[in-house]
Amino acid sequence: MQQAPKTPPSPLTRLETMLLIRAYEHQLVELQKNGAPGTCTSVGQEACAVGVVAALESRDRIVTNHRSAGHLIARGAEPRRLMAEVLGRVDGYCGGRSGSLHISARELGVVLTSTIVGGELSMAPGVALAQKMGKGEPGGIVAVFFGDGAACEGIFHEALNLAVQWQLPLLFVCENNQWQAFVHRLETMPDNAIANWAKGHGLPVETVDGNDAEAVLEAAAHAIAHIRQGGSPAFLELVTYRQRGHFEPDDQAYVAPAELDYWRARDPIDRQVQRLKAQGLIDDNGLTALERQTQASIATALAFAQTSPWPAPETLTDHVYA
Amino acid sequence: MSTMIQMTAAQAINLALREEMRRDPDVFLMGEGSATKHRDLVDAFGPDRVRNTPLAEAIIAGTAVGAAASGLRPVIDLLFAPFMTYAMDALVNSAGKLRYLSGGQFRFPLVAMGMTGTGWCVGAQHNHNIEAMFVHTPGVKVVMPSEPADFKGLLKAAIRDDNPVLFFIDLGLLCQEGEVTEDPDFIIPLGKAAIRRSGDDITLVSYAKTVAVCLQAARQLAERGISAEVVDLRSLKPLDENTVLDSVRKTGRLMVVHEASGLCGIAAELAALVSTKAFPSLRGPVVRLTGPDAPIPSSWALEQAVVPQPERVVNATLELLGAAHSVN
Repeated sequence: MQQAPKTPPSPLTRLETMLLIRAYEHQLVELQKNGAPGTCTSVGQEACAVGVVAALESRDRIVTNHRSAGHLIARGAEPRRLMAEVLGRVDGYCGGRSGSLHISARELGVVLTSTIVGGELSMAPGVALAQKMGKGEPGGIVAVFFGDGAACEGIFHEALNLAVQWQLPLLFVCENNQWQAFVHRLETMPDNAIANWAKGHGLPVETVDGNDAEAVLEAAAHAIAHIRQGGSPAFLELVTYRQRGHFEPDDQAYVAPAELDYWRARDPIDRQVQRLKAQGLIDDNGLTALERQTQASIATALAFAQTSPWPAPETLTDHVYA
Repeated sequence: MSTMIQMTAAQAINLALREEMRRDPDVFLMGEGSATKHRDLVDAFGPDRVRNTPLAEAIIAGTAVGAAASGLRPVIDLLFAPFMTYAMDALVNSAGKLRYLSGGQFRFPLVAMGMTGTGWCVGAQHNHNIEAMFVHTPGVKVVMPSEPADFKGLLKAAIRDDNPVLFFIDLGLLCQEGEVTEDPDFIIPLGKAAIRRSGDDITLVSYAKTVAVCLQAARQLAERGISAEVVDLRSLKPLDENTVLDSVRKTGRLMVVHEASGLCGIAAELAALVSTKAFPSLRGPVVRLTGPDAPIPSSWALEQAVVPQPERVVNATLELLGAAHSVN
């Protein structure tokens, strides 16, 4: 298995990655307006992805869901191959069979992806069990990303119970982005429910500002150290916000403008920019240069994806069975 | 030649597990009472490889999927087939689809076992022949054996297969005895039907314990001078089309008999198969004797009304032959 890229070492690299994730997803939004398949974007949640993935090592594995662009790019996925996948082309990570919703990239350790809400939680304990039974790289752990919507599925409790009872090396990462498809989470669950439910299962739980990449990294590193040391699971609730709709296109007419304003004022990328400026690690010129560079790389990726061939119809039933 | 010994289907399952766990350290067993039921396997292979689980089918199946994609070969016992509906996301959406959707990055070598079938008066939430649901599911295979030797041979083949295999156990067969080889290399390949009795006038196709019903009917028909061939499908997917087609080309008549309900079932599929690929050979309509579109009741009297009885097979055959004669 190919090594995943080195952990981004600095807050500046994390800003770069967040800019790349956002530019990539904005490009997908534009493509959709011109008829490309819609996607579930993670705009506003980039700090969760870069923070947690920065704390993981190449020997670790990721199990994720349909809102996965951030996890994949933070892990080193190439935007051109992701975009080719979204457009259904052969150069996509899954040869165009996945589209945006269930992209996995085994070579990067992003091993299983389900778009069924809760599906990622059902599979992750098995990946961690295999790790524990000697199948992964020594000392590796598994991180599973899911949302507050999945926390309302019964499988949430089944997975937590099993991971605790069997002492599995599994990091639960709940990106609490406030919206469950088209329903605000406070219509479906009590406030603080996620952390309280998790605590009821008897594992370490931390609730973190999910729009602060450095806070996420610190909490994830702490949780992962616990898992590596004791071989037992840990839980992170990352409080964040889904700035765009459930799926493109979605005009978000159901979201109060004041709510969007509140969260846009807490944007994770702006937050990282302010931090770096305060530390003298970037200035306006540097930021502009970074943004231009990111745009250029997305433009190159798009050109690659759009010229990648369509899969041949005669391959339709390839890979159904092993 | 290796020794044949008498054992029940339940013992054949245990023997298959023992042999495959000895052969391949990646094979492990988990489920609702797996360690409780198979103490001998816990003693032989340790508690890591024989695990009791919570009564939570979704996470048992999901865990099997994750483990299978990561290099292990899990066998899961979900007890009763209707309980599998709790595990449908893992079995159908994950195990059945994620190899394909990932462009072949993963394989899911796992076996999911579940019991079903009449004879125990347990009612529809423990007895529901849902095998056709999984035949309709891309990416998974389905087997349902009829005798102890096949329980062993098919389970071993299922464990060695690199795809998810649904292993349905007809409850009424578990305590029945039969001859089973002790040869650890003996397997019954998936997708191979067996001809249990040769005949020329009609092909009776079945699987699981209904095979015995067809054999009984064939004996009664023989007394009337009618020669019935009995085909045991053994695997429902892959389906051994050639064995069925060859038989129908010889006999000219097909009757499919199973406990599962008829709508969109195995019998319907075989009727379509034969009318598409062996139409000129047919000397009469394809007959389906199946369970009704109804939940299975507990009452013995009603449960037996669900089961295709030998008399029904005999009568339907006589009717079919009579009709054929009158046409001739």
